[in-house]
Amino acid sequence: MREVHVDQIRDTVSRLCQEAACLLPEDVVGALETAREREQSPVAVKVLDQILDNAELARAEMLPLCQDTGTTIIFLDIGQDVHITGGDLRQALAEGVGAGYTEGFLRASIVDRPFSARTNTKDNTPPIVHTEIVPGESVRIQVMPKGGGCENMSRFTIMLPAAGKQGITDFLLQTVDESGGNPCPPIIAGVGVGGSAEHAMYMAKKALTRKIGDVNPDAEEAAFEAELLEAVNALGVGPQAIGGTQTALAIHMITHPTHVASLPVAVNLQCHSARLKEAVL
Amino acid sequence: MAEHQITLPLSDEVAEGLRAGDYAFLTGPVLTARDVAHKRMAETLAKGEPLPIDVRGEVIYYVGPTPPKPGQIIGSAGPTTAMRMDPFTIPLLEAGLKGAIGKGGRGPEVAKALQDYRAIYFLAVGGAGALLSRHIEAVEVVAYEDLGAEAMRRMQLNGFPVIVCNDVLGGDALLLGKAEWRRPD
Repeated sequence: MREVHVDQIRDTVSRLCQEAACLLPEDVVGALETAREREQSPVAVKVLDQILDNAELARAEMLPLCQDTGTTIIFLDIGQDVHITGGDLRQALAEGVGAGYTEGFLRASIVDRPFSARTNTKDNTPPIVHTEIVPGESVRIQVMPKGGGCENMSRFTIMLPAAGKQGITDFLLQTVDESGGNPCPPIIAGVGVGGSAEHAMYMAKKALTRKIGDVNPDAEEAAFEAELLEAVNALGVGPQAIGGTQTALAIHMITHPTHVASLPVAVNLQCHSARLKEAVL
Repeated sequence: MAEHQITLPLSDEVAEGLRAGDYAFLTGPVLTARDVAHKRMAETLAKGEPLPIDVRGEVIYYVGPTPPKPGQIIGSAGPTTAMRMDPFTIPLLEAGLKGAIGKGGRGPEVAKALQDYRAIYFLAVGGAGALLSRHIEAVEVVAYEDLGAEAMRRMQLNGFPVIVCNDVLGGDALLLGKAEWRRPD
């Protein structure tokens, strides 16, 4: 049994919020550079140049990549041999977010009373926290500041089982096509297939934490992802929907066994500013 | 792809010459507003009352920046989704608005109204907020101060890069671009 103090978790979350907002992950930068090389539309090339210049400037001067510093999504993998000490874990996570957004001059975008007063909570709290209990004695914290523009384009459906691959393909293509420039393409599409209604969307979001270039370990899913990427890029939506060949940087899928009567499909889109930062305690 | 250096306010003559898909650099004053400020302006106009700031001849930039760090004029300041302003845009065009800057496309009614009122919708690159903030030289709050990050501001732009999305002839760069680059099934 290993002990981890909540103060360490709070301080780590604060740091991760600030770094995630300013430092675009290397795999995303690499994918954008590849897209810049492949793009054939001249105006889309100018858009990708701006996106790459922005990432470089943000990194050099620790400026937020985007003014929408997002809803703070926290994925927390807690080793089953860890004992968290010193206070309330949920409170520590919220305090970490509050400190990170305040000290980092990040925009507070969360409003309370969502269907009425919509009052800003002032420090971007509360975060959305997904906890998994895993083997081992460490705590992995991933912070994903998720922009509103792309999150608004999330879609979920439960298809007839017979819809199969074609149904999933059509649903993803329709989602990306209708979203246009709103999710800030080139996007990463997280696709959750199977499970139950709420688990499908969780998988779609979780799929966005996979590094671009890391191949899906399931060969059938990896092949399907490649087919979907080809199909999405054939839509012609392009960077910022200005038209072009580079609409998506990657398609990431997670699947789960599901009910014999169901085929749940969730799509969670990530903008090109695919911010994610993690630490292991 | 034509390129233009545009001095704001946007004149009728310049607006008439812009075409969907053109690249442009904007220099001069704009107003900023996003969701709540738009809702308030539309409600004020519906009551027949004057707006807190005259929008005749103005370009509105849809932006809610990050807070400035000490020594900064403004934090990161890229465009937000324009579609959310669609329900409030036609009354503003009636009140004399000459243009807007945002990301993503406009609905068909707004596209038609932009043509009718000879106004331009520009795209800025979403998610390039750090870079775009370098083209903003001055900022002051001019209305709805209580809205904080969403208060209306007067901004001075300098060489701010945009793409003409909707022009006065009804051209839409997003529709044209997709048609050009779409590959058949």
